[in-house]
Amino acid sequence: MIELSNVSKTYFSNNKGNGSHAIHALKEANLIVPKGTIHGVIGLSGAGKSTLIRCVNLLERPTSGTVTVDGQEMTSLSNAALNRARHRIGMIFQHFNLLTTRSVFDNVALPLELMGQKRHTVRERVIPLLEMVGLADKADQYPAQLSGGQKQRVAIARALASKPQVLLCDEATSALDPQTTSSILELLRDINHQLGITILLITHEMEVVKSICHRVSLISDGELVEDSEVGDFFTAPRTQLGREFLNDFLQLTPPKELIERLVDTPRDNTHPVVRLTFSGDAVSTPLISRLARECGVDVSILQAKVESIQERTLGLMIAELLGTPTQTQQAMTYLESHQLQVEVLGHVQRND
Amino acid sequence: MSSAMIDLILQATLDTLYMVAVSGLISTLVGLPLGVMLYVTRPRQILAKPVLNQLLSIITNIGRSIPFIILMVAIIPFTRMLVGTSIGINAASVPLTIAAIPFVARLVEAALNEISPGLIEAAQAMGATPWQIICKVLIPEARGGIMTGLTITAVTLVSYSAMAGAVGGGGLGDLGIRYGYNRFNPTIMLITVVILVVMVQGFQSLGDYLVRKSDRK
Repeated sequence: MIELSNVSKTYFSNNKGNGSHAIHALKEANLIVPKGTIHGVIGLSGAGKSTLIRCVNLLERPTSGTVTVDGQEMTSLSNAALNRARHRIGMIFQHFNLLTTRSVFDNVALPLELMGQKRHTVRERVIPLLEMVGLADKADQYPAQLSGGQKQRVAIARALASKPQVLLCDEATSALDPQTTSSILELLRDINHQLGITILLITHEMEVVKSICHRVSLISDGELVEDSEVGDFFTAPRTQLGREFLNDFLQLTPPKELIERLVDTPRDNTHPVVRLTFSGDAVSTPLISRLARECGVDVSILQAKVESIQERTLGLMIAELLGTPTQTQQAMTYLESHQLQVEVLGHVQRND
Repeated sequence: MSSAMIDLILQATLDTLYMVAVSGLISTLVGLPLGVMLYVTRPRQILAKPVLNQLLSIITNIGRSIPFIILMVAIIPFTRMLVGTSIGINAASVPLTIAAIPFVARLVEAALNEISPGLIEAAQAMGATPWQIICKVLIPEARGGIMTGLTITAVTLVSYSAMAGAVGGGGLGDLGIRYGYNRFNPTIMLITVVILVVMVQGFQSLGDYLVRKSDRK
């Protein structure tokens, strides 16, 4: 439904003194979002997320590369054709961008007015949309009278007014509190489910990706560095940045006093401290007690967590392996052979 | 005070109102589109035309920088060509209008500046043409600010119209100078000033009311 191929965007800023200076906001980005899916793009601020999503409906024109939406090559359209194509692409924003001088009803009606639709057809379309987002009773109020979550609902109704195939969400929940965020995400999921609308969203919140996305791309410094199923991304991110996002999200970092005691290289009297990540069958296998029996290694659990990511279960654990160097090495090999991801965080002095 | 005097004051009040109304109306009709042009032709705006923008900006600045009293005298030939005479309230309305156009344009531009760029972006994402953005987003969203600007313009025109007396323009300023100052009649002077004060208060209150009505923020 959405296809970006080799899309680059370079800004030129004129710095006084040292001539023009190029900023590569997007570098050769390739992305395919199949019809009916929800695709998330996650990255830190300044990574190029906003530029990426704006290249889809050409609010930003790519410096090179092509953008295709619903089989139509956006980058080759005339202005008039581009405006028609934009009617098929809805967009919502972090700061809602509702017109303050229009009532809720008139805000939702705006895209239809722009398309030149008749007053009564506008009405027939707007009322059910307001009912869908649960704001039918607020039709005559003005945006200033609404809460953040309600404003975003109005913005969603407005984005859907022209019956788009695609919905672009630009940090749609970043300005909202956690409860409101989850209700908005639920609404987006329903829209995807019931209307079959393809959603591309950008965010810096793993929670958003976890709760509604099917696939996720990781963007870093203008490049898409990772693209995977959400379940895979949460169980085994392939890049360092992906792991950082995940650890940050799961808040599974070793306690501070342990970090202070950690040393990089093993010595005679140290134990390895490992981070174990396990998913699928491994979650339900009693691996720790088997480790004790089969390798003679005792495991001291420092932190542990089980998360369910869509249909998959993800376990995480930080543990100290107590045994001789040969035994602990054996234990790690054993764990890896059971599809566990083992990451040695460091080594810690024996207490005894 | 003689009834002839009262008639004179009444007539002068109407003359001032007439000059403010005519020049206010025409300068709005020209200044509003000019202000919009100044805004939308800026670099990276919806109708970016940097050269045209520079040109309009320079012309506007020139208009804003000529002292009104000089402008009034300088354009007498133009005034005569337009209304057939260089004295009277119609003649005075010409320089008042010319002076107010760039004033209105800059105030409109400033009002448009207050609109969040996100709103323009949202309208573009909906497939709005530049013309639709101007009519359905920019002007309605800047309505409060534009109303404030027009109020400032009306008040400024009241005080400028007083200067029109210098070229035989008529109105309260003219009356105040000829009867109050030249013939040393403090009563007339005081009355004209009081009427001007009331008039300015009236315009300001009306403007404030309209701004309040149009503002939904």
